[in-house]
Amino acid sequence: MILLAVDWALVLEKLIFIAVIITISLVVALYMTFGERKVAAWIQDRIGPNRAGPLGLLQPLADGVKMFFKEEIIPTSSNKVLFILGPSLAMITAMLTSAVIPWGDKAELFGRTITLQIADVNIGILYVFGVVSLGVYGIMIGSWASNNKFSLMGGLRAASQIISYELAMGLSLIALLMITGSLSLGEMVKQQQEGWWNFFLQPLGFFIFLVCAFAECNRTPFDLAEAENELIGGYHSEYSSLKLGFYLFAEYINMFISSAVMATLYFGGYDILPFYDETAWGLSANLMALLGAAALFVKILVFIFIFMWVRWTIPRFRYDQLMNLGWKKLIPLALFNMLVTAAVILFLKK
Amino acid sequence: MQLTNRAKQVDRRPLNFAEKIYLPAVLKGMGITFSHIFKKKATIKFPEETRPFSPVFRGLHILNRDEEGRENCTACGLCAVACPAEAITMDAAERLPGEEHLYREEKYAAKYEINMLRCIFCGLCEEACPKDAIYLTETFAPANYSRQSFIYGKENMVIPHPKENPEAFTKAKGLIDERKAKASQQQ
Amino acid sequence: MEITQILFWFLSVLAVFGALMMVTSKNPVYSVLWLIVVFFAISGHYILLNAQFLAIVNIIVYAGAIMVLFLFVIMLMNLNAETEPQKNKWLKIAGVVAGCSLMLVFVAALRQSDELLKAPVSMGGETGLIKTLGKTLFTDYVLPFEISSVLFLSAMVGAVVIGKKGD
Repeated sequence: MILLAVDWALVLEKLIFIAVIITISLVVALYMTFGERKVAAWIQDRIGPNRAGPLGLLQPLADGVKMFFKEEIIPTSSNKVLFILGPSLAMITAMLTSAVIPWGDKAELFGRTITLQIADVNIGILYVFGVVSLGVYGIMIGSWASNNKFSLMGGLRAASQIISYELAMGLSLIALLMITGSLSLGEMVKQQQEGWWNFFLQPLGFFIFLVCAFAECNRTPFDLAEAENELIGGYHSEYSSLKLGFYLFAEYINMFISSAVMATLYFGGYDILPFYDETAWGLSANLMALLGAAALFVKILVFIFIFMWVRWTIPRFRYDQLMNLGWKKLIPLALFNMLVTAAVILFLKK
Repeated sequence: MQLTNRAKQVDRRPLNFAEKIYLPAVLKGMGITFSHIFKKKATIKFPEETRPFSPVFRGLHILNRDEEGRENCTACGLCAVACPAEAITMDAAERLPGEEHLYREEKYAAKYEINMLRCIFCGLCEEACPKDAIYLTETFAPANYSRQSFIYGKENMVIPHPKENPEAFTKAKGLIDERKAKASQQQ
Repeated sequence: MEITQILFWFLSVLAVFGALMMVTSKNPVYSVLWLIVVFFAISGHYILLNAQFLAIVNIIVYAGAIMVLFLFVIMLMNLNAETEPQKNKWLKIAGVVAGCSLMLVFVAALRQSDELLKAPVSMGGETGLIKTLGKTLFTDYVLPFEISSVLFLSAMVGAVVIGKKGD
């Protein structure tokens, strides 16, 4: 057998980078659970968790340890293989999206130019869509395998909700794609670095995308899939221990990734300031890459805060309201946005 | 009949356009919640911080001693009679020779029990006591697993000895003096 | 062996195995899941052919939407291995015959496909990319493309009409 003709250094570089990204998303998601509890507490005039470690900073670890030591229950009437497959799929699909997000500009390390992006595929944003649309399988499989009618209802709700909002999301994005003319996320960020941030060109599109992102992440006001009061936890009501932890954790990773996607698509990704040419500072490439990555993370954190802020402000929609909003309001609005954008582009080109 | 003027008629008009797109209401709500982030917190870090008790608060009982560490109680039973919840029981005993350093008078309470589940913390025992022997302090009865453990005996209630444990004594004495001062203020 | 070849064989085996499991699974939910595996293998093939757009659209549309609806229906109707109706023996034989005939047609069609085999190579690596695809769709094949979109529109209208019937 002939030796595989592969650039091993590149493979190593990518592997390390993947490991770093996964670690970062896990740690961020870990502290998002803490942040969520803190934000909830502040909004409700409370102090929030402050016992584990200084300022309560070890709280996520305590939560994790608690999850780990909980009794592992697999219901006897459940489908065991699928019952375990469900949370695993939810976790995997949540992690997969991070592959196409450009986390920073090019950096130089050990004489190599390293792109801070795992894969700059030319269908970047479609890849995100593909993975997001697969995210529903984790929930559906888990809910069906639980063999519990409330779980099943939660799963069905999740499936119909995610499919409905994916349409509006895609339509809102088409308007953006008409402006950028590229599906590659790296390319989009470069365009925004040179010109305007897409938010200023597509405010309505961004708004539709934001609402749909809430729905795709199953966050309040669209968390009907796990509505505590009517479905007792929905798709994860039969789950316990780490498998439940996986589901809950996947939600936070999804939030993190969708914040990153929104920051990349509409807020210039790793671009530091809008309407400003950062190269004027004359900093070295590595420093710029670092600053850019930091800027991206600040944007992501702001979005995460908005996610939490909305969750602790707005009550849950009723199911018919959810469907009405998705099909009768957001989709026509997205189509309208698309038409206006197309008309403006046509007008400017003439 | 109108009890308060806070009653509001429920508005059942269909939503107008601004209400139908939800956004103004959503933004208003988000403004409210955001302002709450900076408001004064309603909760406290409990074991480290405690809320001030009201001046008339009545908590767990304490049985007093005099400066030489002799118990004041003579087991006269007035507190038990005064108690509306019948929470106090006691056994009287005669002071034997050689026990003068333990009890102030010839008769003392060999057993003195208060059932804290019955007690309503009314403070009538305190008022009934002619010997300056029982006071209510500013502490709660802590939670416990068994009913038996809520029957407090002398070992739970007698004030620490002023000579063997002067610090704890002065602290507990301080509580008693505070109560006395408050009582005299009220009169 | 090149890495693409290894991947090709791996994906092919996965696709065929998934397809077999999909047909032979007693439980309809398993069938759906195996079918999704097949879609993934096929998307992998598309990527090997440098048709990234097709690959991802295949996943979004088939795995992400259509199969979710299938799963939806199967879960709602609570179909499982026990409730699967026992099929007629004649029906089974008819199925086997039909399958064999289809196989025959395929073999006949693919027997003289040397030219077909060469085609993807001669088209170069750019064929499957969105730009080329979009240009082709909106220049050479604009009429069929628009006609198929009208077909979709009529299907949508039909769905709305059926959905409105109850009111």
